[in-house]
Order: sequence, then structure tokens, then C-alpha cells
Amino acid sequence: MADPVVELHGVSKAFGPVQALSDVSLRLVPGQVNCLAGENGAGKSTLIRVLTGALRRDSGSYEIDGRPVNTPTPASVRAAGVQAVYQELSLLPHLSVAENLFMGRLPARTGIIARGRLQASARKALDEVGLTELSPQAIVERLPAATRQLVEIAKVLTAESVKVIVFDEPTTALTEAESERLLQHILRLRERGIAMLYVTHRLEEMFEIGDWVTVLRDGGLSEAGPISGYDEDRLITAMVGREISSLYPETHRHAGTPALRVQGLRRFGGSPSIDLQVGAGEILGIGGLLGAGRSGLLLSIFGAAPIVAGQVEVGGKAVKPSGPRTMMNAGVGLLTEDRKVLGLLPELSIRENVTIASLRSGSRHGLLPGREQAEEADRLLDSLRLRAGSYDQPVSTLSGGNQQKVLLARWLLTKPKVLMFDEPTKGIDVGAKGELYTVIGDLAARGLGIIVVSSYLPELLGLADRILVLRDGAIAGELPGSATEEEVLRLASGSGGAEPPPAAEESPHDPGGVSRDA
Amino acid sequence: MPKLIWREPIETTTITNRPPTAEAGGTAETTDAAALETVPQPRQTAETKAEPRRRVITLGDIAGRESGGLVVLLVAIGALTLASDEFLTGNNLANLARQVAIFGIIAVGQLLVILTAGIDLSVGSILGLSGASTAQFLVAGMPILPSILLGVAIGTALGIVNGLLVTRALLPPFIATLGMLGIARGLVLVTTDAQTIQGVPDAFQVIANGTVLGIPNLLIIAAAITAVMWFVLARTVFGRYIYAVGSNPESARLAGVPVRMVTVSVYMISGLLAGLGGVLLASRLGAGIPTAGTGFELNAIAACVIGGASLFGAKGSAIGAATGALIMGVLNNGGNLLAINAFYLQIAIGVLILVAVGFDQLNTRRSAASG
Repeated sequence: MADPVVELHGVSKAFGPVQALSDVSLRLVPGQVNCLAGENGAGKSTLIRVLTGALRRDSGSYEIDGRPVNTPTPASVRAAGVQAVYQELSLLPHLSVAENLFMGRLPARTGIIARGRLQASARKALDEVGLTELSPQAIVERLPAATRQLVEIAKVLTAESVKVIVFDEPTTALTEAESERLLQHILRLRERGIAMLYVTHRLEEMFEIGDWVTVLRDGGLSEAGPISGYDEDRLITAMVGREISSLYPETHRHAGTPALRVQGLRRFGGSPSIDLQVGAGEILGIGGLLGAGRSGLLLSIFGAAPIVAGQVEVGGKAVKPSGPRTMMNAGVGLLTEDRKVLGLLPELSIRENVTIASLRSGSRHGLLPGREQAEEADRLLDSLRLRAGSYDQPVSTLSGGNQQKVLLARWLLTKPKVLMFDEPTKGIDVGAKGELYTVIGDLAARGLGIIVVSSYLPELLGLADRILVLRDGAIAGELPGSATEEEVLRLASGSGGAEPPPAAEESPHDPGGVSRDA
Repeated sequence: MPKLIWREPIETTTITNRPPTAEAGGTAETTDAAALETVPQPRQTAETKAEPRRRVITLGDIAGRESGGLVVLLVAIGALTLASDEFLTGNNLANLARQVAIFGIIAVGQLLVILTAGIDLSVGSILGLSGASTAQFLVAGMPILPSILLGVAIGTALGIVNGLLVTRALLPPFIATLGMLGIARGLVLVTTDAQTIQGVPDAFQVIANGTVLGIPNLLIIAAAITAVMWFVLARTVFGRYIYAVGSNPESARLAGVPVRMVTVSVYMISGLLAGLGGVLLASRLGAGIPTAGTGFELNAIAACVIGGASLFGAKGSAIGAATGALIMGVLNNGGNLLAINAFYLQIAIGVLILVAVGFDQLNTRRSAASG
């Protein structure tokens, strides 16, 4: 095998108490595409950030062209020839394509931009990635996502030295056809002898363009080898390779009367119609890849995002999801994925954060509710075992797990019939996770209808009685709670080749099918 | 920037059997990087370390916000009492109260807007328009009460327009109210032809210049408004909603807070109080002056900020805003008594704003670092 251009050996990285990477090695060889696989949170992003100099490794070695890199910075690593294309685009939306391509090193004479030279070099760079039609003067904001992704690649290629390109889920925002075009381009880059690290959730892409695969699991190296030695099953096993543990509550529940019923919900004109139902006392899991429309679905059901069609029934009564307030009054609660942006009121105290959704119902003549509500809030917080010095302190002083408990208490105080959790344990430490799982199980046992969206498969499978898998905004299939991670991944990534999951008796459709009626 | 998601290695048995309270200790061993095998241990040490610091912040945070302004106010009063024989005379205090009152009323209205992380630049112009309009109505022979109500209603209506521009047209508050600043001032100059409106009835002038039991009416009105606003902010659902909107409007919306209604309401109240301020100023001066209130918006904002309000929203109180207005009034009054060049006073107030906000930033950063 050829000499690697980049070699990481025994790299570890911890964030406070969390060991994000431990003893990971990675070789990038010229003219090869190395696919980095792993579940969400397996350490892929951290590894990329170490590679691009955005993070300092704690231990291990990092060599570029055989020379050790001791104190990498993003600039020095870029100068050494390691470039990255991110899933979240780094282009400046209001500027032109040409300006974006050469931002930071615009050709200029005495501070005045040399427009002619800029246009010419931009033209050349765009031609190189096949964007021969695109004007360098076009404003980035107005370009479709796929074109922007290609502009991003063109930008990377304009660097002085391009030995390695890291692609971090470049196809997440793209359609099938656009992805295909991008993959073809990556294959052309391979012919030019560039080493590439390709990160994706879509297994079929790995088999299409990969030469080598590196699988991470729980921050450590699971396996690595030529992709020819793998099939989908073996790859998934390498990614998952773990048993579901006693962390999760019992799942032997029986669903009662429907607590929430959604029929024919369409989020945009032309988007697939979605039907789902949650019984009282049931935990419905919703799985799917990043961008499959899981969070959007929850927001729509909660009335926080507009819908174009569909009926929602809560506890047998039809409700129009016209706003969060309406749905809240109907008995629906939503714990959002991004607590900081869509949940917490950081300047307000813990107790104020808990009572904010219940003020109106407990109020007389517009005055704040009396002591009873505050005491009920305190009791809820106590029962959730919130760890805080005082419930009067600002909620922003709490850790992630405790903040999540505050939001949970907020919704419990509204006495909901249905509670929806979007990535309930994201960024939460393990101890708090276990407690949250127990609480969610208890709530279901008390007869609430629960919906849990999670990217973390063990959690999804451990909690849910029934799992809906979304793909590209549509329901790709339904699985029982006893399903395996492989089955969920297969439905989610749309690799329909394998035999239909044996336990999915409620799902007569081909698991690769795009739509499904519940 | 790529989003960073990581997940900890799962060590189930240690978690489920662990008691909920974190025991202290084990700090020395866990500092060794090699010992970081199980997750729970280091987490405990982080928490035990954070605990005592948290308590300190809570104390400072609750006591700090308004007490800073009160301390400054008391120091200023003390210093002026020592430096000038005239300061603590009833005559001067009544004078001070009249100077500060209108200004305090506007500051309290401004505070509501600032609490929602907005800003109302139009209060000075609205004040001018309402005052001059009321004077015109009176001179035209309209009875006193309808004239006053109409003047206040003009301010309220323009406040509602501000609110709709912010919530419906989605203009940034700065721009919406900057536009209104120009519109309202232009309107008053057009309707009055830039002439002072004179000849308002004496009974109207009594409102702002009279006293009850020796206390100036203006002071009573301002104190009452401050008290009502304190009550609204501290004791009502609407008040709590204002803080919630200022803290994070999206979170508030998802918690069922009627964000638009709250936002329109605060601009409406700010406009209403500016209108009332205009009427009172016209009463005090016995005339409608088209240029009255020019620059008041900045003074009102300064009063809020000196009184502990944060322009990022959700921090501040009615008492704080009134205190801020008083501090500025006392400084001006003291400067007059001591015959200090008024230009120096402007510099002093500018420095005061910077110091007030600088301290606040320092506090925020300190609590963020330990939180």
C-alpha cells in the first residue's frame, strides 16, 4: 500500500468527563477514499475536528507527510494541505461566489480588489468542479444547496496545497440526483491522487465510492479495513456492536385508547402525508437519519410549525394545531431538541421556567398564581431529583441534564395527555440519562402517550414499544419495539436489499418503500 | 462550523445502582487522565466543584441588580447634602421631583420595551406630539378631560403602530421606532407650524404644578405609575410573560406565551406613558411646545440602563428604572446647585452609563464562567 499522506495514531480526546475519542488511529492514502462510519456520537465529528486542527488532541500522534504535527491550528493544517468540506456550509451567504472562493486572500492592489483577476480565477475554479454555467458574480444565498456544496469544494480546491479533503456528510442536504453528481465529482478527485476522508450516514454511498472504511464506536476504533471486505450487515454490526442494557425501563405495556392521532399531515405542499397514532400508556419511537424530518414533524404536531393539511386528535377530540398555545391547552407538550434555542428562558429562575406554561391556568384576574403552584413545581422538581442549590437560581446555571429536567417539569405541570421528546438525552451525562429513561417509563405507565425522537438507536429501541422510521420526510416503515438496530438503520438509510424484518407483522410493505399508511 | 455531537461510553450498572446524591471525594485520583474510564466519577467532581460558586452568584445576582443603582443614588444624595446647604430644602426637593417625574414616567414605559429586548426611540417625539396636540385641543375650546384623553390616546395609538411594525411587519424595533421618531416629530411640527401653543386654561396648568399635602402632584403621579408597573412586572402573568419574551421569544412561544400580544402591549404602554408625559409637560409649562421631548428617548434608555436593565432583555425592574431616572435628576440638580458647568455633567452621566453596563458585563461574564 502507498505511504499515507496523513496518519493519526492512538489519538484521544476528552471533553471534561466525557471521553469523546480514545486511542483512535486513521490513515489517509493518496488516491483513496476512506469512509468514516459510526453512529451519532461515536466520535466522528471529534476526529474530524482533531484532523482539521479545530481541536487539540490530548494524546497520540498526528503526522502529515511523515512530519509530526505538534500544535495544529486550522490555518497551519490547511497550509499543510488538509482541507475540509463541512455539512453546514461555511460560505458567506450575502457575498458573491467569486468573493467566497477567495475570501481572506482576495487578489488586490493597494487594498483595492482586482476585479478582473478575481473573476478569472473564480471562473477557472468553478470550471474545475464542473460548474461551467455558474457566474462568479452570483450571490451564494440564491444558489441551490447542491451548487453551494460544489462551490464549497471549488473553494477547497483553490487552496495552495490540496493533499487531503475531508467531507463531513456532504450529501445530507442534497437530493438523490444532486448527491450522485457530487459523488461522481469525488471519484474524479480520487483520480487526481487526493486522499479523502468521507463521512456519511448513508451506507450505500460508502460502497459506491469508498476504498477503505474506518468504523468508530463509542469514541474508540471499532474496525478498519478495505471496503471490499464488508457488506451492509457486517458494517452495521461493526457500527452498533453493543447490547441494549438494563438502563431502559420495562417495555411490556399495552396501549390504551388513542391519546394522539394524526392523519394526513402534510408539512408543505407536495410533501408526503404522515399518519401516526399513540395510545395512552404507549411509547412511540421515531427514528431516522439527520434531516429525515423528525423534529419538523414534532413541531408541526405541536402547532409550532405550519402545516398545509392534516387532522390532529388529542384524546379523541379534534384540535387544529394552530399554535403551541392551542396544543398545550389540548394537552400536548413538546420537549425540543435544542434546549438553549427552543426551550429555556435563560435569565429566568428555575421555578419561573417551570411555571411559565401553567401561569395562565393557575391565574386569577391576571395575577401570578399563588403559592400552591410554586409548591407543586417544587414537588415535581424534587421528584425528578433536580440537583440545584435553590430553585430561585437562574436556570442557565444548571447542567444539561438538570435543564432537561426543568423543561420536563414545565410540561408535567401542565398535566399533559401526550408528551413529545425530541432527542431527550442529547448532551446529557449518563447518570441523568438513566433517570430520564425511568421518568419517561413511569409517565407512560401513568397513562400518558409518549413520542420519543432519537438518533441514538439503543435509546430508541430500549424505550419504545413501537418505532416509526422516517426517511426524506415520509414514513419508511414501522417496527416493533423488539426490532434490532440493523432493521432501523436499514429502513432509515433506505438500503432495501435485505429481507424484510421478520418481527414487523404490522408492516406489510417493503421496508424500502417510500410511503406507508398506518 | 460542524455541529459537535458526542456520546459517552455507557456503563450501565454503575449508573443504576448509584445513589442520586453525588459523593464528594475521589478528586485526587480522577485528575489522572488514565483513570477516566467510567464516566460518573469525574462528573461528580465537576459538580462538587461548581456547587459553592453557584451559591455566590445567586446572592450577587438577586441583590446586585437594583442595589447598585440605589447605592449610587444614596451616595450622590449624601455628597450633595454635604456639599450644598440648599439641596435638602423642601423647595429644592419639590423642584427636583418635578424635573424627574415626567422623565421617570417615560423611563418606566421604556423599561417594558427594553425587557422584551426591544427599544423605543419614538417616546420623545410622541411626548412632543401628544403635549402639543392636547394644548391645541384646549386652545380650540375642548374641555380639559377629553383633551387629555385624546392626547394620551394619540400616544397610545402610535405605540400600537410601533408594536405592529415590530410583530407584523417584522421590522427590527430600532428601525420601527426610529421611523416613528421622525414621523411623530414631523407631525407635531406640521400641525403646530413649529409655533408654541399658548393660552391653555389655568385649571389645566394646576394638574402638573399643584400639590397635595405639600407633595407635588407630578411626584404622586410618577410614584403611582412606578408602583403599578412594579406590581405588573412582579405579580402578574403579563409581567412574567414580558420577561419570558425578552429572555427567549422562541422558547416563550413554545411554552404557550402569546409573544405577539405581549410585544404589541409593551409598545402600546410605552406610547401611552409617553403621551401622558407629553400632557403633563404641557401642563407644567403651560404651553404646547413642538420641540418638547427632543432627546428624551436616549435619557429614558440611559435611566433604564443605569437602573440595571439589560438591553438584551429580561433583566431590569420598575424600581430600577425609577432609580436610574432619579440618579440622573439628582446629578443635574446637584450640578445646578454647585454651579458646575452643565457640559461636565453630560460627561459624568456618559461615564455613569459606561460604568453601570461595564459592571453588569463583568458580572455576567463571571457568572457565565462559573455556571
